[in-house]
Amino acid sequence: MPENGAPLGTPTKVTQGTPTKGGIGESTLRPDGVLKVTGEFAYSSDMWHEDMLWGQILRSTVAHAEIVSIDTGEALATPGVYAVMTYDDLPTDVKNYGLEIRDTPVLAHGKVRHHGEPVAIVAADHPETARRAAAKIKVEYRELPVITDEASATAPDAVLVHENRTDHHIGHVPHPNIVHRQPIVRGDADEAAKRADFVVKGEYTFGMQDQAFLGPESGLAVPAEDGGVDLYIATQWLHSDLRQIAPVLGLPEDKVRMTLSGVGGAFGGREDLSMQIHACLLALRTGKPVKIVYNRFESFFGHVHRHPAKLYYEHGATRDGKLTHVKCRIVLDGGAYASASPAVVGNASSLGIGPYVVDDVDIEAIALYTNNPPCGAMRGFGAVQACFAYEAQMDKLADEVGMDRVEFRRLNAMTQGTLLPTGQPVDSPAPVAELLRRVKAMPMPPERQWESSEGADVRQLPGGLSNTTHGEGVVRGVGYAVGIKNVGFSEGFDDYSTARVRMEVVGGEPVAVVHTAMAEVGQGGVTVHAQIARTELGVTQVTIHPADTQVGSAGSTSASRQTYVTGGAVKNACELVREKVLEMGRRRFGTYHPAWATAELLLEGGKVVTDGGEVLAGLADVLEGEAVEVEAEWRHRPTEPFDLRTGQGNGHVQYSFAAHRAVVEVDTELGLVKVIELACAQDVGKALNPLSVVGQIQGGTTQGLGVAVMEEIIVDPVTAKVKNPSFTDYLIPTILDTPTIPVDVLELADDHAPYGLRGVGEAPTLSSTPAVLAAIRNATGLELNRTPVRPEHLTGTA
Amino acid sequence: MRVNFTVNGRPQQADDVWEGESLLYVLRERLGLPGSKNACEQGECGSCTVRLDGVPVCSCLVAAGQVEGREVVTVEGLADFARQRAEGCGTGACGTSLQDAQLWEARPSHRASDSQTGEGTELSPIQQAFIDAGAVQCGFCTPGLLVAADEMLENNPNPTDADIREALSGNLCRCTGYEKIMDAVRLAAARQGEAV
Repeated sequence: MPENGAPLGTPTKVTQGTPTKGGIGESTLRPDGVLKVTGEFAYSSDMWHEDMLWGQILRSTVAHAEIVSIDTGEALATPGVYAVMTYDDLPTDVKNYGLEIRDTPVLAHGKVRHHGEPVAIVAADHPETARRAAAKIKVEYRELPVITDEASATAPDAVLVHENRTDHHIGHVPHPNIVHRQPIVRGDADEAAKRADFVVKGEYTFGMQDQAFLGPESGLAVPAEDGGVDLYIATQWLHSDLRQIAPVLGLPEDKVRMTLSGVGGAFGGREDLSMQIHACLLALRTGKPVKIVYNRFESFFGHVHRHPAKLYYEHGATRDGKLTHVKCRIVLDGGAYASASPAVVGNASSLGIGPYVVDDVDIEAIALYTNNPPCGAMRGFGAVQACFAYEAQMDKLADEVGMDRVEFRRLNAMTQGTLLPTGQPVDSPAPVAELLRRVKAMPMPPERQWESSEGADVRQLPGGLSNTTHGEGVVRGVGYAVGIKNVGFSEGFDDYSTARVRMEVVGGEPVAVVHTAMAEVGQGGVTVHAQIARTELGVTQVTIHPADTQVGSAGSTSASRQTYVTGGAVKNACELVREKVLEMGRRRFGTYHPAWATAELLLEGGKVVTDGGEVLAGLADVLEGEAVEVEAEWRHRPTEPFDLRTGQGNGHVQYSFAAHRAVVEVDTELGLVKVIELACAQDVGKALNPLSVVGQIQGGTTQGLGVAVMEEIIVDPVTAKVKNPSFTDYLIPTILDTPTIPVDVLELADDHAPYGLRGVGEAPTLSSTPAVLAAIRNATGLELNRTPVRPEHLTGTA
Repeated sequence: MRVNFTVNGRPQQADDVWEGESLLYVLRERLGLPGSKNACEQGECGSCTVRLDGVPVCSCLVAAGQVEGREVVTVEGLADFARQRAEGCGTGACGTSLQDAQLWEARPSHRASDSQTGEGTELSPIQQAFIDAGAVQCGFCTPGLLVAADEMLENNPNPTDADIREALSGNLCRCTGYEKIMDAVRLAAARQGEAV
């Protein structure tokens, strides 16, 4: 329970009693591990129902056009087809959805705004029948000019991507094709610039990255007898989906019952709705269960991507290496619909100068509406693009000043108490210099590892088994980077989670049942929940109830927030259960032993014990067949919005820091890069599950590597059409592309958070990319102001 | 059309198969074996890897009609397959005895098992190693990787890291950064070495 006088829900630092087996801090194994290795774990694409139909979406073939006509006649007449629906068939006046701004049509109405926008949906008895029927729908388009970049979006005569905007950002943006703009001004950057002995400017480009989760968008909607629908779905936030789905269907929220199916990765790509409403519409229309599974091609159109960005930076420093000022302008391409763009702008701007001490800053971030694919959440969320640019700047400036690049960073590193550009103090440990020191101190991988007595092992070389070099022209480079990511939803969002915890005796053993709506997307939240329950309730057996909407919201599995917030909610609910159990014990046994009234009581090993270790009663005896259950919401400390003119405000909850050292070998003749090692040091506050923490860091690091050297959705600048929607043409790192990733985990507690933990998942995705770029620059001497780097950028043939 | 083939040692028959259906579709949608995953349908990701007459293939690229009369092993049968191999059946694809086949079911509900540690569930060494090493996050790539890694260890019991990377280069994983997968394969190889 919170200490006396503190509001309910205030985090407590105290971990109860002695470490419980399987409790926090141990690398316990995943509760779903066996199901996942035997193939029995049911992902959303594995759902099956007797008599089910297959849904298919028809998507626009052009990026920006008026819809002149849609003819569904032939499709409807196809044998095996049960329903074809367009905008005109939507059942209520609510025809749009969206995370923050409801600007996304369920089905296109009169106009399409990006390549691949849903226009019509079909249900049929075989997926191929549905595909062929969808192909028979005739849509006549009258093409409109496409908006593809800042210049075309903000031109005086620019076509508006959305006419008649009524959202709450329209009042402060300089142009209706700008979703949101956040300036942040602190001190006087122009004045401070006069003190600078060195100034570096740079213009950077960040390509469009895809989450590329392996489990495609999919789910099963089953119509229910009460007129409602049961939806089995892979998502990141059940209740957010529910809020968007129910009004479109014209159903009260309690008649849309959602259950989380197995989720094959997410990384931000499942924050927005994909096929949820479409499956429900078809199920309610046909009266039959409807399953929709995107193929990979469709998946590239079916979710938002990471915002591509143009970033303009100016950094200054004095002769002794202290930063004087930073000016920057970050232009994010939000594509055709808002999705999470406003929040991405908030992150990019507020974290735009990185984990450094700079008192005079002038920052502006905007997100555009264009006819490019919609962009929104992806791991790192706005902080990634900025980190790529400010870390390139830090290298350039260190070189100008004539300092070692790591030492220059360490000299300017923020510490606890440093003010962010928003004026918010960083009020927990900020071991930026220490992380850099640690990552630099790690042993270097040996040189020329490809050499062996039998000649070169080409598998170790750039180009690999393509046998393009035996070491000729191969140059090694080393690069460093560090980043800062906020944890949790910022800017005043009511970022709560709910947990229901029940304790009962089953077969003579006390068992805790943890029920939350948290989306387990692979990160291991279910593992951690069980650990928390063991630690707090002193039980061995914990059952994790499937996530569904029969319990309150757990918020989103994003922003590195679930262990903090839903973990905090589970901890809180366990504490409340513990109090109730102890009350029962006092009622039943209090007269038998004075310690019930006087001692600090703990639950350990299935028993009530005093803090001195004396056993007072077994939990089975205390509960006597009764179950104790608590459902409670839990909140972290509140945040506030950023001022729309100055950007000032205590907008963030917590920060997460990681530093990387990349070692690359580049075949400078062919422009081929092999990353040899990508070492990471990260502060995690408290590693609740060290094995999972390291897994998160290595996974995040690898996604950063991907966007450094290969990953990019190519959008045709003339037509705004996506050119590479497949795993053949959009490359993600294979096991051959991915180096060893040694990880050094630092645990400096954040006293504001449960157990002192920090969100872990995103920070490693930030600094990985600029570290790799820095290493390639180090090897080649090239400036390289865009990511990903492709061979032509290294050979001068771009 | 009708397709007859053997899956995990058991004869199977699929009816009304459309000529364009893949082996993956038949396994998942007609035979109730969704363990093999569909993540790209282009043979790029390896999530659908199965053994076809002992050879690892992307089942999304195999037309269902091509497997007529042939033997398929999927992740659901990997534990049995590995056990038979350990018991001396050279390829592991020697079929299942009638007695074993009658016991076989996709979900071993009759066996008390611990979903976390694998205790009480019969797992192949590579499956156990993936659990123990933390090589599973979202798990979508896991079935394909298990089939591919098991096949590599069958042919190369003492792989170098370069061998492991080469053998698993056709299997994409988006969650782990592959480090724990490397650990798992090294662990399985080491345990296999100890057992001999």
